[in-house]
Amino acid sequence: MNGEAPVIDVQGLTKRFGGRIVVDDLTLQVARGSICGFLGPNGSGKTTTLRMICGLLIPDAGGGTVLGLDLGHKRGAIKGRVGYMTQKFGLFSDLTIAENLEFFARVHGLDRRRERVAEALDALGLATRADQLAGKLSGGWKQRLALAAAVLHEPEILLLDEPTAGVDPQARREFWDQIHELAQGGMTVLVSTHYMDEAERCHEIAYIAYGRMLARGTMSEVIAGSGLKALIGEGPGADRLAARIEGRPGVEMAAPFGTAIHVCGRDVSALRAAVAEFDGVEWRGTQPSLEDVFIHLMRGAEDNSVVVT
Amino acid sequence: MVFKEVRQMMRDPGTIGMMLMMPILQLTIFGFAINNDPRGLPMALEINDTSQFSRSIDAALRNTTYFRVTHVVSAPGEGERLLKDGVVQFLVTVPPDFGRDLVRGTRPQLLVTADATDPASTGNAIGAIQQAVDGALSHDLIGPLAMRMPGQPPVDLVIHRSYNPEGITSHNTVPGLLAIVLSMTMVMLTALSVTREVEQGTMENLLATPLRPFEVMVGKIVPYLVIGVVQMAVILMAAQVVFRVPFEGSVTLTLASTLLFMVTSLALGFMLSTVATSQLQAMQMSFFYMLPSILLSGFAFPFRGMPTWAQWLAEMLPTTHYIRLVRGIMLKGWTLGDAAWELGVLAGMLGVLGTVAVRRYQDTVA
Repeated sequence: MNGEAPVIDVQGLTKRFGGRIVVDDLTLQVARGSICGFLGPNGSGKTTTLRMICGLLIPDAGGGTVLGLDLGHKRGAIKGRVGYMTQKFGLFSDLTIAENLEFFARVHGLDRRRERVAEALDALGLATRADQLAGKLSGGWKQRLALAAAVLHEPEILLLDEPTAGVDPQARREFWDQIHELAQGGMTVLVSTHYMDEAERCHEIAYIAYGRMLARGTMSEVIAGSGLKALIGEGPGADRLAARIEGRPGVEMAAPFGTAIHVCGRDVSALRAAVAEFDGVEWRGTQPSLEDVFIHLMRGAEDNSVVVT
Repeated sequence: MVFKEVRQMMRDPGTIGMMLMMPILQLTIFGFAINNDPRGLPMALEINDTSQFSRSIDAALRNTTYFRVTHVVSAPGEGERLLKDGVVQFLVTVPPDFGRDLVRGTRPQLLVTADATDPASTGNAIGAIQQAVDGALSHDLIGPLAMRMPGQPPVDLVIHRSYNPEGITSHNTVPGLLAIVLSMTMVMLTALSVTREVEQGTMENLLATPLRPFEVMVGKIVPYLVIGVVQMAVILMAAQVVFRVPFEGSVTLTLASTLLFMVTSLALGFMLSTVATSQLQAMQMSFFYMLPSILLSGFAFPFRGMPTWAQWLAEMLPTTHYIRLVRGIMLKGWTLGDAAWELGVLAGMLGVLGTVAVRRYQDTVA
């Protein structure tokens, strides 16, 4: 944050669907050029929040500005300057790759259409397959094409809704490299994900569950802010101890990780006491993982979501 | 498997409703509204004679259930005007000195002009006129005048079948077919096109672009308009070459009305697509619209044969008005002036449907 006003600045966003509050009083500021990871369990309101920010949904309460434009009555203008990649592949599967890109170029009224499409195809490495139908592409390529379509009009904000679901690790890595490149170019990226390793690649993260923001900040801030301490146990049969350790005083959770076990709680000495009897296992203190923190946060959040969509 | 099917069916109340409504609608339309032997046909009388015979014929015509004398005209040409506008279907003209000639036995002419664009609905009615006239006169020609009732009828009933003198059904059907084919494709294709976007998940992307609802609608409609123009060209050519349907009116006017009708149908289809949540529903809705369009519009069955409520229902369908237009222009040689009212109605419908469609089309998801 270099003193510049945040490009996304929304306060008190609230959205209800049929009486159920999906997003509850959500406030968010994102600075230009930063990559903000949006994490949270399924049905926590991530997609709804993204949709409200890009003008696809009108909040029931709250508001704010996106790129300095009011969310209430400037939705049309916002749509022109924001790129949005939907969770489900949303390009036309019966059009070719080039035709899809050309469509979005036209819709955004871009100049130099042909060059832009050609550049995008080159950047994608799809120039030779430009005439292939988009629907015939594999998951990873579909995702790259969708990203290319979303950034074709050089948006100032890019909203990505679980962009890497079902994509192999290599493609995911390349995808994230590309996101960082875009962010370096000044694009602000808001990306929702379930993957912890992706969360770690974000500049900052926002954790929401049941429509409420539970944690916000850089990864280390979020971990530190949770006040959670962890022990890792290694030794024969350590991973089978989870069920026996869980529920003991001072232990918030215990989960097997490969052959090791992770035990978390607020107080290190209480943790030590809880695991003391298992002396066949070697215990040592460690930093809780982001995942530990999120599971901890999720359990702490009151579940007001009866129907999870 | 059966349970699964039934459960899935119950999750889609639209389909259930449609399945239940369909037979009810069909029963109502087929059962009550359709009548191949229409009665109560509007008729104009032009009586230029004051004899008792004319009065008897007048009374007899009014007494048959076939006709409803709606206009009594005196100025020459007024009756023809009503006929052309489709206000009346029959014009009975009693010539001057009809009574005198009848008494003299010179077999005066009684002129019946029928709007025969739809031959099916005029056939029986013409027979009924003959009967009514004979019946009326047999009462009057009594006493010394009974000698005037020989085997030969006392009156020469001249029947003039306007607009389709040979009573060729295809002259009536082919223009109507144009209306049906166009509304079928136009309404259904557009109704499907928006719901398809929603189903395939491309809608969300489309909505995230700065496109405005009106632009989306125009974009959706224009390609189908081209298809419609091709369809129209094919049907009109076939009408000329194969069926030899007369083409009395102006081609430009036909094209203009057809375009107006196409855009109206497309707007209707677009509106349906904003209501329907799936392609299946959109399809069902189009069928739901097509059914009365075929049955009530005057395409398949005589419009006049239907009870008033059905006629009112039909008046609300764009197809009804377009069928009148295209038949009027092709068979009756309607000019812009004649067509103005029906064109106006269509334009009004377009305005309403277009507004509703654009309003209903949301630029937000869910």
